[in-house]
Amino acid sequence: MTRYLRYLAPLAIFALLVAFLYRGLSMDPKLVPSPLIGKPAPAFSLPRLDDPSATISNTDLKGKVTLLNVWATWCVSCRQEHETLVELAKTGQVDIYGLNYKDNRQDAKRWLAQFGNPYIANAFDGSGRVAIDWGVYGAPETFIIDRNGIIRHKHIGPLTVDIINREILPLVAKLKS
Amino acid sequence: MKPMKFFITLLLPLLALAAQTLHAEPTPGSVQADDTLEAFTFKTPEEQQHFRNFIGQLRCLVCQNETLADSDADLAHDLRAQIYKMLKSGKSDQEVIDYLVDRYGDFILYNPPVKPSTYLIWYGPFVLLGIATLLLVRAVGRQRRVDEPTISADERKRLEQLLGDGAGKGKQG
Repeated sequence: MTRYLRYLAPLAIFALLVAFLYRGLSMDPKLVPSPLIGKPAPAFSLPRLDDPSATISNTDLKGKVTLLNVWATWCVSCRQEHETLVELAKTGQVDIYGLNYKDNRQDAKRWLAQFGNPYIANAFDGSGRVAIDWGVYGAPETFIIDRNGIIRHKHIGPLTVDIINREILPLVAKLKS
Repeated sequence: MKPMKFFITLLLPLLALAAQTLHAEPTPGSVQADDTLEAFTFKTPEEQQHFRNFIGQLRCLVCQNETLADSDADLAHDLRAQIYKMLKSGKSDQEVIDYLVDRYGDFILYNPPVKPSTYLIWYGPFVLLGIATLLLVRAVGRQRRVDEPTISADERKRLEQLLGDGAGKGKQG
């Protein structure tokens, strides 16, 4: 028995090392887990994109399951995911709010007019100060917030139909029920 | 003996790897960070140095191999400005670190805190070192324990003959 162990132990250690390295290969270091998951959404009060005199705050999100999408016109991946968001908005399954991040108001308005507007409302965060509170480090980012204003999920990077069907919609349905 | 050696040689690179992860921490911000200090003004050079050192221990989340001191990413500019504002308003280093960790997680720290989820990286190398030492001691002990060969009186006589006079004199044990 001990004789076999002598040969098996190095093999086992090697296998363990391979397993760790293999796992490491499939992880994306760009995806930093957010410490905000399971915590109340950070409070904010910002001017609306379409109307600087009106404000939008996290109380507007209360009482329903919402998606908060962080986007900007300078963000290439946001352009990539935009159609997917427009399609998702059409299905009416979830209310989509936008956080227009460090953008130019005119550009952002033109973008929505041109490519469609999936958002119920957009908060305009010109300085990026609110985005810091939300732990945003790169657009696009999408948060799922439940009825009680708790952040349930964060998706980093552009949304795709596949991700919406696999990650977003099942969670939204669960939070709604 | 041989498999044991093999075992130890296998453990060593593992240890080295583990030690490396332990070392892959504070590459404190080089102080050539002048171009990233923006228009920040400080009352004393010490205060400025403190600020530089402080942001040199924080990771820029956009370009992850750079510190906040070195990075030219947009977010890094914003975070530097925010940290500057907080420190100026009298917040302590710890309060600023808490503020950042609350939002971005431990990942923003180049120096990971010691807590259950990081025990493996902090203590793992020492555990491996302990195991390796134990195996080494055992292997060496086993080698030493090999008995000296015993020979009969006849054999000894013949041995002395073969080795010639003088050899073996006074060596009776």
